[in-house]
Amino acid sequence: MNAQEWISLVSIVTAGVTVTFGSIAPALAEGRAVERALEAIARQPDASDQITRTLFVGMAMVESTAIYCLVIALVLLFANPFLG
Amino acid sequence: MDDVFPVVLWQLGPVAITDTVVVSLALSVLLVVGSVLLRRLERVRAAMEVVYELLEDAVTTMVSANVRPLIPVILTQWLFIGLANLIGLLPVVSSPTRDVSLTAALAVVALGVGHVYAFRANGMAYLKRYIEPHPLLLPFNIIGELSRTLALALRLFGNMMSAELVGAIVVLLAGLLIPVPLMLLSVLTGVVQAYIFGVLTLVFTASSMEAAVNPRSKGKAVGGEAVKSPDSIT
Repeated sequence: MNAQEWISLVSIVTAGVTVTFGSIAPALAEGRAVERALEAIARQPDASDQITRTLFVGMAMVESTAIYCLVIALVLLFANPFLG
Repeated sequence: MDDVFPVVLWQLGPVAITDTVVVSLALSVLLVVGSVLLRRLERVRAAMEVVYELLEDAVTTMVSANVRPLIPVILTQWLFIGLANLIGLLPVVSSPTRDVSLTAALAVVALGVGHVYAFRANGMAYLKRYIEPHPLLLPFNIIGELSRTLALALRLFGNMMSAELVGAIVVLLAGLLIPVPLMLLSVLTGVVQAYIFGVLTLVFTASSMEAAVNPRSKGKAVGGEAVKSPDSIT
């Protein structure tokens, strides 16, 4: 295998690993966020509007870390700067 | 043709006109012309005013600063990004927000809005926010501002791109009707992402508007909403 093929191989494997590990942590974090929000709504149903709104914004924040990993994987797969 | 990546339609010298440009310009024209036309009709106008007041309430209750002049900007962002996300559900066009160029442009607009409105509210004193709490932190504040803008662009791009990509792959593998639940999910994603883009612009701008007036009030919960400090949610 020449250098270009090695770069493709490493890029593909790294893209997979990036998405895998990059989605584990946000998934756990989003689960915790929903859990806490449900507890809060169960305790104070009146505030459910505000809680839901804040939850959506917060979850999008958490999810954006997974999205960054996805963007890096996409760059590696489709716009790799090291492939000639 | 429902392509995942932006398609170059015409090449004008060094400038490539992609379908993103065409669709987003058409959307802007549609929004402007539509709003002018709808204003003429008495009954539609009354209904629209009710909707506007609802959205206005949603914006003003979110932050404590006086954001009344900001409302048109935020509502326009919601409208444009929401429509741009949802237009990908139509058969021929695909949503222009899957192109990183458009989301980057929108994020730059959000950055500019932050500066312009902070300048309008406080004059040149708004720049003091960059040397809070200590002048040595100036580079970090600037990096924070830039990374915030980058994150704003990449978040929208990544969400819409992943929706389109997953949709295309499922169509390729499974056939005709299987992607329908995924499209329903992408309706939700599109609306929520448009909402979040507007809310983040609002929160960032409001924080820079009030930071110069009273830097100590940043951490206090004023309106009962948790999204207050811009630093904790970048």
